[in-house]
Amino acid sequence: MDETAKKKRIWAFVIIGFFALVSIGTYSYNELYIYLSAYLWFGFIYGMCLQYGRFCFASAFRDLFAVGVPRMVVGIMVASLFFAFVSSFVTATGFSTFHPSPSGIHSAIAGLIFGVGMVFAGGCASGSLYKTGEGNGVALLVILSISVTQSSFASVGGWFNNLVPNSWHESAIAKKLPAVINAGDGWLDQYLAGYVWNHPTVTFAKMLGLKNESLIGAFLGNFFVGVLIPALLMLIVVYFIWVRKNYLRDAAKAGAAASHSTGFWRMILSSKRTSIAGLVLGIACGLQMFVIEGMRIKFGIRNAGEILTQLGSDFGVSVRGTVFDPGYWYVTTQEAQWVGWIVQKLGINNFDNIFFGYINGIPNPAVNPADWMSLALIGGAAVMALISNEFKFKKPTKELAIWAIIGGFLMGIGSRLGLGCNVGAFFVRVSNGDVGGWLFGLGMIGGAYIGVKFFNWWTERKMAKELAGLEL
Amino acid sequence: MAIKFDKKAEGVYTLDCTGYVCPHPQIYTKKMLEKIKGGDILEVTFDNPSSSESIQAMCASAGNEIVEKKAEGGKYVYKIKKAA
Repeated sequence: MDETAKKKRIWAFVIIGFFALVSIGTYSYNELYIYLSAYLWFGFIYGMCLQYGRFCFASAFRDLFAVGVPRMVVGIMVASLFFAFVSSFVTATGFSTFHPSPSGIHSAIAGLIFGVGMVFAGGCASGSLYKTGEGNGVALLVILSISVTQSSFASVGGWFNNLVPNSWHESAIAKKLPAVINAGDGWLDQYLAGYVWNHPTVTFAKMLGLKNESLIGAFLGNFFVGVLIPALLMLIVVYFIWVRKNYLRDAAKAGAAASHSTGFWRMILSSKRTSIAGLVLGIACGLQMFVIEGMRIKFGIRNAGEILTQLGSDFGVSVRGTVFDPGYWYVTTQEAQWVGWIVQKLGINNFDNIFFGYINGIPNPAVNPADWMSLALIGGAAVMALISNEFKFKKPTKELAIWAIIGGFLMGIGSRLGLGCNVGAFFVRVSNGDVGGWLFGLGMIGGAYIGVKFFNWWTERKMAKELAGLEL
Repeated sequence: MAIKFDKKAEGVYTLDCTGYVCPHPQIYTKKMLEKIKGGDILEVTFDNPSSSESIQAMCASAGNEIVEKKAEGGKYVYKIKKAA
């Protein structure tokens, strides 16, 4: 091992030591901090898995459409299946922290905008976090763009109020939210209270007339019908469109007998790295719900807002006494929160909007459980990249910075419209039997297709210029 | 910094995507492979780890052979022989 690789390994241990010190130090100060540490270590595991498996939702559909590579779609479906299986168990035992969100056409539209954005940015919301851990400056810029866009979008009003249909405005006012929340002012406020909240929450268990919290509802409704069947169908479609022809060609070349079942399994096992990461990621996601709910029972709380209040850090707690505390893997809301917190500290009121003031709060990032998870995710990815000698600082070029900012902007808008990103609005919802998750996913696939078409046009145009003098 | 294309020798081309993130390295590699002749070699340099998986999978599915792989300190150099 050369000196640089040795140094990188030392840095990996420094990062692990830092997170361990944070956990031990804060726990010694007050045992309630273990709640935040749980988020931290699950984030760390997610970061390691994402980097190891090059796990990026953007690459799933983008690489399929752009270069015909199915490995990431396979990885995501494997992760969803394992997450859904563990989730079903957690739900059936009453330990689930998941609540389905209102589903409707807005989920698909949000997914479409998000999908275009993730192709432009070169990574999804979670992919940008783990790539930041690899030293990638472009990914960091994407995170900044997502964060600023969401925070601004949450409070945008003024002229944008003219774009709000009157029915949304009236419906939002009729919700009679606390006086400090100005539900009739602001585009996103009226979209949420006047439109999204009027939609039903639909799970596959509910559609079959079963209870989510029952064994049969969780396993038959949400896992078998909601995840296993659609995931298998998606993989079969991918096999027949993108893999079958190449598999038959290779089998004929090798003079071996070919069967579609062998070809299908070869596709599943073709990227062990991604599939292994998907397996660990899926199990960890389910376990996080179990652990967080267990801690809520232990401390007698329903939301981390109560913990922050007990710790004396109640600045930024919402009007309902809550902060963003999903109890499972999530990415974008905490990115909006840290910008919202800075903006609030600069004297601009963010507490009168629904997103911050009524639902998520804007706690100090230093004690925000979800921020602990995201920072540790970056750390976990950095550790993995350092150990495998893949860590490298990369400054963004002007061209990549423009792609990152535009892509991050679109992902930020898509996240707020869809109530989450590729993780919160797709992966978590799908794996917990929420129909809206598949709607967001379908939109995201459509968005990725449009993004790839544009990207292909752009690169062709650029290559034509640059290859003009090259004799091929 | 920009993506660089060059002709190293007869039938040997280089593509340098250093500093570029997804999806640039894999898309430019695919397009460059479409433009060169069967049996020609394309030497791709990149430093985006996730592109390594995509380029390998892309070559395997298209039947192009990666005849040499170097990975050091986060930098990758793949020599790809286009299927005849």
